[in-house]
Amino acid sequence: MGELSYTAAFYGLAVITLAAASGVIFKRNLVHSALCLALTFMGVAGLYILLEADFLAAVQILVYTGAIAVMLVIGVMLTQRPDMTQSNPGNNLMIPAALVTGALLAVAGWAIVGTRWEAAPAVVSENSLAVIAKVLFRDYAVPFEAVAVLLLVALIGAVTLAKGADDK
Amino acid sequence: MIGLEHFLIVAAGLFGLGLYGLFTKRNTVAVLMSIELMLNSVNLNLVAFSRFIVSDTFTGHVFAIFNIAVAAAEVAVGLAMIFSIYRDRKTVNVDELDWMKW
Repeated sequence: MGELSYTAAFYGLAVITLAAASGVIFKRNLVHSALCLALTFMGVAGLYILLEADFLAAVQILVYTGAIAVMLVIGVMLTQRPDMTQSNPGNNLMIPAALVTGALLAVAGWAIVGTRWEAAPAVVSENSLAVIAKVLFRDYAVPFEAVAVLLLVALIGAVTLAKGADDK
Repeated sequence: MIGLEHFLIVAAGLFGLGLYGLFTKRNTVAVLMSIELMLNSVNLNLVAFSRFIVSDTFTGHVFAIFNIAVAAAEVAVGLAMIFSIYRDRKTVNVDELDWMKW
């Protein structure tokens, strides 16, 4: 990929991601927020592709955009009164929250700009999936099984919680 | 030339927006969305570091996969709790969910 098109793609995807994330936070209608969240996930998937993480981009689209965003939309639909227009209100913590977030961003920006990053020579691997599979199933096999158990526990827990304890 | 810093700054912006939403949102589903934004920014950081610092081991990719799995579990259990609370209280406003207050 050419240098110019890579730069253009990065800035386009970054603007889309951050604008959609702002939409998630500042939209008054919670359904619009959920749709902006799906767009944010798509933008992050595009950034993954720019980072040569094509498998993660696919996982991002499948799991986040396909499952989590849709699940959140269902959550919005099931827990809202008929009036959706003011369904995403803010509380009275805006000024402290803006101060804390601004301080965090200032420190993070200072650290990012001020650090001398030792960039390793970029190894272009033709097939990232094979390397990920080796690392995941050999070096991280035990955490992988633990995550499987965690997903099973979350599944059972979610069903139990949503069903309610009293109705048999 | 787009380097590591550019991706880190985008991720920091995403994390800041998520943190702001976490503090200021009243609706519990919106709070969950803010947490998802922050988890996404962390994933972006992991993948960016993996690409630019240790581009031969792919450890960041594996960490991001684990992170995605934990995020999916978190959102499933969180939404189940929200449904349960909504059935009992008819509200998902975090300001009104204060019956654990001392």
